[in-house]
Order: sequence, then C-alpha cells, then structure tokens
Amino acid sequence: MTEHVVRVLLSGVFHASILFLVSAGLQVVFGVQKIFNLACGSFYALGAYVGVWAVQMYAAAGGPPAFFIVPLVLGGLLVGLVGVVVERGLLRFVYDRDETFQLLLTFALVLMLEDAIRLTWGTSPLSTGGMYLVYGQAHILGAAVPVYNLVVIAAGLAIAVGIGALLTRTAFGRIVRAAADQREMTEALGVDMRRLYALVFTLGTVLGTLGGALVIPATAAMSEMGIELIVEAFAVVVIGGLGSMRGALVGALVVGVLRSIAISVYPELEMLLIYLIVIAVLVLRPRGLFGAAATAT
Amino acid sequence: MIGRLGLVAAGAAVVAAPFAASTYHVLLMLPFMAYGVVLLGLNLLFGYTGLVSFGHALFIGIGAYTGAFLTSTFGVRSLEAIVVTAAGLGAVVAAPVAALCVRYVKIYFGMLTLAFGMVFYTFVLKFYRLTGGDEGLPYLRPSLLGFGLEGMSKTDYLTGPYYYYSLIVLAVAAVVMWRIVHSPFGLCLKTIRDNPAKAETLGIGVGRYRWYAFVISAVYASVGGALLGAPIGNVDPTLAYWTHSGNIVFMTLLGGFASFFGPILGAFVYIYLEDFLKSLAPSSWRLIFGALLAAVVILAPGGLMGLVRAARRGASPRPHDPARA
Repeated sequence: MTEHVVRVLLSGVFHASILFLVSAGLQVVFGVQKIFNLACGSFYALGAYVGVWAVQMYAAAGGPPAFFIVPLVLGGLLVGLVGVVVERGLLRFVYDRDETFQLLLTFALVLMLEDAIRLTWGTSPLSTGGMYLVYGQAHILGAAVPVYNLVVIAAGLAIAVGIGALLTRTAFGRIVRAAADQREMTEALGVDMRRLYALVFTLGTVLGTLGGALVIPATAAMSEMGIELIVEAFAVVVIGGLGSMRGALVGALVVGVLRSIAISVYPELEMLLIYLIVIAVLVLRPRGLFGAAATAT
Repeated sequence: MIGRLGLVAAGAAVVAAPFAASTYHVLLMLPFMAYGVVLLGLNLLFGYTGLVSFGHALFIGIGAYTGAFLTSTFGVRSLEAIVVTAAGLGAVVAAPVAALCVRYVKIYFGMLTLAFGMVFYTFVLKFYRLTGGDEGLPYLRPSLLGFGLEGMSKTDYLTGPYYYYSLIVLAVAAVVMWRIVHSPFGLCLKTIRDNPAKAETLGIGVGRYRWYAFVISAVYASVGGALLGAPIGNVDPTLAYWTHSGNIVFMTLLGGFASFFGPILGAFVYIYLEDFLKSLAPSSWRLIFGALLAAVVILAPGGLMGLVRAARRGASPRPHDPARA
C-alpha cells in the first residue's frame, strides 16, 4: 500500500516539476509583457525534440551513457534562444494592440511550430532508448523509482529556488518586477524596454524548452505533446494565479499530483477533475491562489 | 451599392454552384455553410460585444453529438428535429456557462471559455461507453422535411437536397442575425463593447446583455455543429478540442470581425485555402496557415473585409483595433 502511494505521489511530483518549468515560462512572460503565450507548449515540444536529437547524436558519437544528461540539457537550453527570434520578429509588433491579437499571434506560432517540428523530425514518436534507466532505480519505502525522476525533481526545485533568487535578489529581478508592476514608470526611469522584453521572453522560452528536454528520457517525443501540455500549464497558472511564480510552483504540484492520483484511482476523471478545479478557481477566486487582483469587468 | 451587388452575385453563385462546379468543390461548400452559421454567432460575441471565446468548439461539439445521438442511438432521423434539439441543448448548456463567463472580460473570459470547452472535450473523450471515446459516434444520414431520401447515393444527397437545406439554414441564420445586430439590442451590445462603463450609466444591464449575446452565439454554434456533422458521417471529440475553437476565431479574423459578412467570407476562404494547401503541401499547410494568421494579425487586423474597405476608400490599409473602433 505505502509502496503504491509513494509511486503515485512521486510520479505526480515528477510531472509537476516539468509542468512548473513550462508554467514558470508562461508566468514570467505574462507578468512582464501581459501576453498569454499559447505557444509555450510548442516550445516545450521543440525542446523535447532537440533533446532527443542531441542525445541520439551523443550516443552515436560514442559518449559515455552516464553523461547523456549534458547534451540533453545543453540542447534544451540552446534551442530556447529561438525566443529572441520570435520576440523580435513577431511579438514586438503587437505590444500596443488588443490582447485578442496577441493571443491569436501566439496561436499562429502554435500552428507554425507544430509543422516545423513535423517537417524536421517526421511524424513518428522519437525516444532516447535505454537512457532513462542508466542511473538505475532507487527504492523508497519499497517503491522502485527511476533515479532520473529524482534528478529531474531536484533540478525543478533548484530552478524554482534559482528563479526566486533571480527575481528577488538581483538588479535584473528588481527591474523585471518593476516592469511588471509599472511599465511606464520603469521606462521613464531609463530601462531599455526593448532589451528587457527580449530577455524576458527568451527566459520564458528557455524554461519551456528545458522542461521539454528534461521530460524526454521518460517518454517519447510526439508532435502533439505541445498542444496537450499547454492546457495543463494553463490549468497550473489559473490555479496558482496569473503572473505569480509561487503560484506556478503550487499550481504545478496541485495539477501534477492530482492528475497522478486520478489516473491510478479512476482514469476517466484524469483531466476532467483538473478542469473542474480550474473553473471553480476562476469563478470563486479568479486571481488564483497567489495572483494579483484580477480585472473583473 | 457595390456591396449589395456583390452580395447578390455571391448568393447567385452559391445557389448555382451544384450545377456549375465540380462535385468535389460543391462538397467543400457544406462545411463552409456550417461554419458560416457558427461564425455568425461567434461574431455576435467577438465583433459586436467585444468578447473573444476560446471555447466555442464546445457548442459545435454539442450540436454534432446531438445529431449523432439522435440518429444512431434514438433513431430520430429528421434534420429539423436535430437542429431544434441542438439549438435547445446549446442554449441549456450555455445558460449556466455564460452566466459564469460573462462576469469576466478579456483574457479571463477567454480562459474560462477554454476551460469549459476542455471539460466537454475530456468528458466525451473519456466516457467511452456513452460517447464512443476517440472513435466517436456515427451520424447517420438525416431525413429532410420528412423525406428519407434513402434511395439517393451519398454524393447526390449531399450535393442536392442537403446542400440547399444547409443554404436555407445559413440564409435564415444570416437574416435573423442581421435583424439582431441592427436592432436596439445590437446597438446596446456595441455600446457595451466600446464603453462598458458608459453603457452601465445609460441603464444597459451590461452583464445581462453579454449573457444574451453568449447564449445566442452558442445556439448558432450548436446549429452549425449539427450541420457540420452530417456530411462527415462521424462525430469525434476533436470537434470540441481547444485548437478547433482557435481555428474558428482565426476564420473570423481572416474575413474581418468588424463587418457583418466578414466571418462568412473568412469561413469560405479558410475552407478552400485549407483544402488547396493540404493538397499542395500536405506536411506543411499548418506552417503556411500559421504564417498567414501572423500576417493578418500584424499587418491587416481588419481581415479581408478591412482590406477591401481600405482599397475602396483608396487609402492604404490601416490597422483597425476593436478596442478603439
């Protein structure tokens, strides 16, 4: 019994770590640029494919399996730089438009990235093969858990702490928070908004692609994984509160663990339960658990 | 004047199409007409009330599943009964959903509608025994005005009676919507879109009017969904997926949400362009569509109708913002 509970919980926390990364990317962009980026799921898929590709290249070159995580993470981080191109090439034209247009522009990105991935890597699922269990299994209270999962959970926590420190303890973080609160005032004080927006959007993108790269040893990369994840990340940010980092962390844990429990108890409920919670939160407390006041009417 | 001539010419072309155009292109007109009904409703909410729903695929799904359940489970084959039931169910589901959604605007409204859409999607996907899960349900050939038409081949049925049936539904839907948006009620919606605070001080119940607009648009989407399902012959959960909701917003924007006929033009262009691109570039049509959508958003937010108007005025196309329209 404990064995089963531990396995379900840990698998939920693993999923939550990945969800946190993608949602944190969504939050930082929404916080500063006020754009709800539907394409963050597509960045996640992009990171996953680049991760698989990097690991396969690495394996083909004869690299020691124990260090496969190095090309995996590097690939995930580097492909995130595509965020600069997207921000400078597309998003910057719509900052002063109605948010409907901003939302639709990110939807256009979803469509484009989905086909770009299919054109580059084909339609069949890709996986990293046996790399997942290279680190073996750990036994926790009788449950066998892949060590890789624990590594990802630890990495997720470390990144959460890192982002927290970045936002609260550095000059860059102060500027980001100032821009999120008072855009005009921050600009008037001499902050280069163009540079800041490019940086923030790239940070958001890198978090998404890194999440995709980290999930990939545990599952296969599929072209639909992006549009499926975005609705989960969407649930996370609604539950946690739009724009809040602490909200992303708590929301990811709620969604990840509940989903895992639902799958093991009554699979039909899986996402239905999550969306019902989302609706309850939106109706009862639209700012989410940690968000700033929502604009009603 | 030119606009009216264009409308008459377009109407005549649609009536004559089954005699002049190839069967293939006539069949493509069926989803166009179904989406036309959906978009007339969606634009009451988007263009006239200023609320963008990312969950209207929910109501398309309700309409389509109503048709599938009635024809294959309950043995009701009359399309009139299907359309009326779909409209009724759409309104029944929309009433509470709208009451919750219209408490918010902008991004929160969009998120709430998306969440409701996904609730319906996961429900039909997961409750396999009731809904057939991802395989969906068959939507058997409906009878039209009491005529079974079982003797006809499927193509003859779809390009003949079903085609004109859809056309009549679209025409009636358009006339009713025209009356709605040009009534005092429609003016109130536009006032709410442009300045909710002012509308409130003028004594317009902003929440109540938004609720009406939402329910009417849901009824339109359900009727459109019922029309959309029959030619396919099978109804599956992807009809209710969030990307489908995104696509119908795309169609509206493509045609031009600021114009009454814009969304219908958008549906037409979308359907034929999608078909053309799918045959031209089967693996990259989404890429091209995405680039097109990005171009419309950045360069021509008024859509095709916006471009036509700008060209007629002789001015260069100027971005048109609904918030400041």
